[in-house]
Amino acid sequence: MNPFRKLTALAAPLDRTNVDTDQIIPKQFLKRIERTGYGEFLFYDWRKNAAGDPDPAFVLNDPRYKGAQILIAGKNFACGSSREHAAWALENYGFRVVIAPSFADIFFSNAGKNGIVLARLSEEQVAELLNNAKTIPNYQLTVSLEEQTVTDSKGFKASFEVDPFRKFCLIEGLDDIGLTLRHQAALDAFETRHDQANWLKAK
Amino acid sequence: MSSKPKTLFEKVWEQHVVVEPEGEPTLLYIDLQLLHEVTSPQAFEGLRLTGRKVRRPDRCIATVDHNVPTTKEGRLKIVDQIAATQIAALRSNCAEFGIELYDVDSPEQGIVHVIGPELGITKPGMTIVCGDSHTSTHGAFGALAFGIGTSEVEHVLATQTLPQSKPKTFRIAIEGELPRGVTAKDIILAIIGQIGTDGATGCVVEYAGSAIRALSMEGRMTVCNMSIEAGARAGMIAPDEKTFAYLKGRRFSPKGAEWDKAVAEWKKLPTDPGAKFDRELVIDAAKLTPYVSWGTSPGMVAPITASVPDPAATQNEQERKGLERALEYMNLKAGTPLQEVEIDRVFIGSCTNGRLEDLRAAAHIARGYKVSTKVSAMVVPGSQAVKDQAEKEGLDRIFREAGFEWREPGCSMCLAMNPDILAPGERCASTSNRNFEGRQGRGGRTHLVSPEMAAAAAITGHFVDIRKWEVKG
Repeated sequence: MNPFRKLTALAAPLDRTNVDTDQIIPKQFLKRIERTGYGEFLFYDWRKNAAGDPDPAFVLNDPRYKGAQILIAGKNFACGSSREHAAWALENYGFRVVIAPSFADIFFSNAGKNGIVLARLSEEQVAELLNNAKTIPNYQLTVSLEEQTVTDSKGFKASFEVDPFRKFCLIEGLDDIGLTLRHQAALDAFETRHDQANWLKAK
Repeated sequence: MSSKPKTLFEKVWEQHVVVEPEGEPTLLYIDLQLLHEVTSPQAFEGLRLTGRKVRRPDRCIATVDHNVPTTKEGRLKIVDQIAATQIAALRSNCAEFGIELYDVDSPEQGIVHVIGPELGITKPGMTIVCGDSHTSTHGAFGALAFGIGTSEVEHVLATQTLPQSKPKTFRIAIEGELPRGVTAKDIILAIIGQIGTDGATGCVVEYAGSAIRALSMEGRMTVCNMSIEAGARAGMIAPDEKTFAYLKGRRFSPKGAEWDKAVAEWKKLPTDPGAKFDRELVIDAAKLTPYVSWGTSPGMVAPITASVPDPAATQNEQERKGLERALEYMNLKAGTPLQEVEIDRVFIGSCTNGRLEDLRAAAHIARGYKVSTKVSAMVVPGSQAVKDQAEKEGLDRIFREAGFEWREPGCSMCLAMNPDILAPGERCASTSNRNFEGRQGRGGRTHLVSPEMAAAAAITGHFVDIRKWEVKG
């Protein structure tokens, strides 16, 4: 995955709470067996009307937000289904950061594995950013993972928390399986012992 | 000498810690991974690209459920080429990596979360994962079971472990006796309605209390199934005599002396007296009613006797806009009594309510009645085994005579990845788990209810208070 240190980019406001993964990537696009190419289907049912034409009322169809790499959204972002396709679609579309008051657990994990930085800010801070992104033309934010801050050029500054290990993996762009395999010896020993527990065997 | 009292979750967690590296998440051993066609192809492809093998094929089970058609003809030749490709990919991946697959024509085929327990693969104390958020279903047995993304599916295939940060614990006790007509589905809808769709984020919920103990295993699965709809990482229920009675004699349950040993181990799992939870909530069972969801999030539920709520009563502007948007999508007016809401479709099935007891309950309501001429209703058993048993009991006949369609097993219209799909604007009484916009088809409107409530709605053409239903025969 692509390492992430710091990004200054256009921010798009998605002023909705409980945005679920069914909206981020509708089910009809889950039948593909590839890991890429989901960007054009991001928020498909919101971006396109029933005839398949772009809905001008949807924020990502507004030319002002073309090229946005930072998404600002309401609380409980990406709740629902475990589909990693939601993270793939956001990443394939070009988003590297999502800022929201809270995120659903499974998406939180999926985002990390795809180099997407999730910045949890307070509801008040997110409300301010949503408003700025709506009202200030070409509103840019700077997200620094190293400093764990979100800033703009007008004096907004907020810090967000990141688990130190997750931060390390995002900055280095590390493959999880490789990291786990550092513990191969411990795993082999554990598994030999654990296999004795017949009451925990699948078959 | 007694050690610190522990919760059910802590006991299962501790038995699976491989290593706790300084400053990193715990590496947790996974006893079982369930696989299906939708969230696994990219994981297998990842293994091929890196030259890795499946570490423990014996700790994996696969089936096809999400996009299989539910008509006999549809299954013979799947016309949706992309769906057919995905199913073919699972077939070849399982063959290549040595994983047992319960294919579309197998007597074991069914929704992953239905077949795990019915085959006795799911057991108390296990760690279970699947690339599906409703994996929490298996927590009904006292397993720690949770949904994961495809990168994690690949991780478990390669290492049989997952790096995990320890979640918080949340005990939700339902105390007292459930009123007649109030089901396991109503318990979980009530919980989500009360704590919200992010009410248990970051937590493993343990459901407890006399009303949970009184539920059958199938009812407990319904409750645990929708834990994710409250944001929970997992839901669990302590194993007891009902759990053991359910598992005894199933295909992959331990036999003979091994069975006795297993039960002795499983009996050690329930939460110790005095164990501390991070959060606790007690709900009075006697106050619960049948519920209907009215909006586009599973937290938007109300008792059947209530009316569609008025967004104007909500102070928070963002929340109010959310409610208005939900009512607009659902084409409902504030103040409309829920019992006056008319429906076009009924779906009885899914990993939430597609098990034998659910079908028995729905058939009990439908017996001797006819489905409204304005409604199209279907029953989709959760597995081949459920379907076979239901047919032995004559439930299919009751449904067919009433005018329900009787289908082949799969996830079907819970997420409408197969041909079972709502047309734009259609309104559906559904026993599934999510009422998100477009979940059952673009522009479709989903109301979540129990199997009994769904069957009654099919007959009358609108929602009714099941507590007043007159059962025939």
